[in-house]
Amino acid sequence: MPSALRHLLFIMAPLVVVLAVLPGVYQNHLLLFNFVIFLILAQGVNIIYGFTGYLPFGYVGFFGAGAYGFAIMVMHLQAPAVVAVVVAGLVGVALGLLLTPLLRLSGAYFAIANLAASLAVLHLVANPALESITKGPYGVSLTGTFNPNSAYIAALVVLALTLAGVVYLKNSSFGLALQAVREDSVSAAMSGVSVVKMRVIAWLASALVAGLAGGIYAWYVSVFYPDNVFSGDFSIFAIVFALFGGVATITGPIVGVIILYGIYNVIGFTTPQYFQLIYGLLIMGLVLFLPAGLVSLATRRGWHVP
Amino acid sequence: MLTYALVAGVLFGLYFSLVGIGLNLVFGVMRIVNLAHGDILMLGAFIALGVVTLAGIDPLFAVPLAFIVFLIVGLLLYWVLVPRLQGSVNPEMLSIILFFGLSQVIEAITTIFAGTSERSIQSRLLGTVFTTIQVKWFGGKPGRGGPIQIFGQSFPAPWVIAAGTSLIAIGLVYLYLYRTRLGTLTRAVMSRRDEALATGIDVDRVSAAAFGVGLGLAAVAGVFAPFMFGSVTPAFGADATVTSFAIVVLGSLGNPLGTALGGVVYGVCYMLVQTYLSSWADLLPYVLLILILLLRPSGLLGRQVRVA
Repeated sequence: MPSALRHLLFIMAPLVVVLAVLPGVYQNHLLLFNFVIFLILAQGVNIIYGFTGYLPFGYVGFFGAGAYGFAIMVMHLQAPAVVAVVVAGLVGVALGLLLTPLLRLSGAYFAIANLAASLAVLHLVANPALESITKGPYGVSLTGTFNPNSAYIAALVVLALTLAGVVYLKNSSFGLALQAVREDSVSAAMSGVSVVKMRVIAWLASALVAGLAGGIYAWYVSVFYPDNVFSGDFSIFAIVFALFGGVATITGPIVGVIILYGIYNVIGFTTPQYFQLIYGLLIMGLVLFLPAGLVSLATRRGWHVP
Repeated sequence: MLTYALVAGVLFGLYFSLVGIGLNLVFGVMRIVNLAHGDILMLGAFIALGVVTLAGIDPLFAVPLAFIVFLIVGLLLYWVLVPRLQGSVNPEMLSIILFFGLSQVIEAITTIFAGTSERSIQSRLLGTVFTTIQVKWFGGKPGRGGPIQIFGQSFPAPWVIAAGTSLIAIGLVYLYLYRTRLGTLTRAVMSRRDEALATGIDVDRVSAAAFGVGLGLAAVAGVFAPFMFGSVTPAFGADATVTSFAIVVLGSLGNPLGTALGGVVYGVCYMLVQTYLSSWADLLPYVLLILILLLRPSGLLGRQVRVA
């Protein structure tokens, strides 16, 4: 059996099936939905950070842009939800295209510029001067399309597609080329890899994923404010979840989301500041002692982790 | 109105230079992105609050206190965090995440002890030491500590005091970098870390000193934050970090004195936008930051172009 098929069968399929069955037995559907959203976002970060080395510190910019793309389609064009979600993905891609010049920057410069870009989009959307289009800081209410069950299914579909994308990256020469670019772009270019094109494709794929997730999030919650969907927590959580598990793997981000978001739900809601403390210490410990994530515990022993 | 915007811009700009200069020193010397910079500012503001509420004296006394406390904190923190970080595969990237974790820890601890309410200090308390001295030594009546007149416009006294302190602090940083031995070594490490190491400079000692001074300066800037921004909360740090970055990149990363220029340019732009296009003022730092990074990544005063 080729390894791509094996990964699809033994990682993606069970995860999606379990998440599809769980709403029948577990009552807290919002929690499950959030898990799916973070699984998608963590894999989106994995695509761009894990495979190309660009740290998207303003990743939430695409998510929020997707949510508002969805809202504008529904509010102004009365589009059906599924169409609006597709448009949300395209809005993410469009923002990604707009921000491609940022890929010229490297290291910390890229991360900071990306953060600034996401905040710029937030302040643009939340600007009272644009109230007629985005409802400014007063938030949008999309009761017409409210349908959590369909939104949950849509989220699972996007999760499956995203995981399939990551499986492809992990098993194809394209993914290998991306990792070569990450390690040493000059050498990769010398061996015939089209560096710029590869980076842009990964960047746009990552933006598409976040845009779709944002659109579905808007569909599910249906009432939100700019500060909700542009909250820096989305970027940070997605990055930390992906890193905690281990990037450039399929299972790493999944493990990271399940463990860390699980902890968050146990203690985060009642005492957010204690969660923040534990979370901060965990991040510091991770960087200092386990910079390659949980999966490195296995890879150090020579075990192969997909 | 234009005069007001320009003068207020310069006053704010000088203060913003002080806000950014510590961040720039740390990045320039260690190539470490200190995302906890804004949180150090926040802690500096809390030191000022403590000085006012516990001792009941002029918050200006918090300036040396904040500097010394965070100089020591910086030295300790350096030895705990940085050598391990520098040994990893990609220190520049990981530093972003590491210091983000630190900023979360600081924010959480401050929230646990101080709550999330907004704290402010009465602005007339700042600078009372001057009026006291004036009364004691030269006689005369205690002034009202009212606004200060510049070019026929009146500005709140704390703005002028903060700008003055910032000028002094930037002058001291200049003396440190260009007139002391440690400063020369610091500049050597800044321009080429590996060569500095090869010539026998104790890079760790120099970096630790720069880290301490950087944090100290951030805390000093924080002392004035309640006056310049109206109030502070434990969550104030994150915004302050992004603004500091805009200023530092505007000046040029790795050149602490460029930050002074960057701060003034930023302050004047901010005040002009605030005056004429107020609803778009929030966008300014981010758009400016992106434009500068894309068009002139080396900053206004940068000498060499960074290799992207």
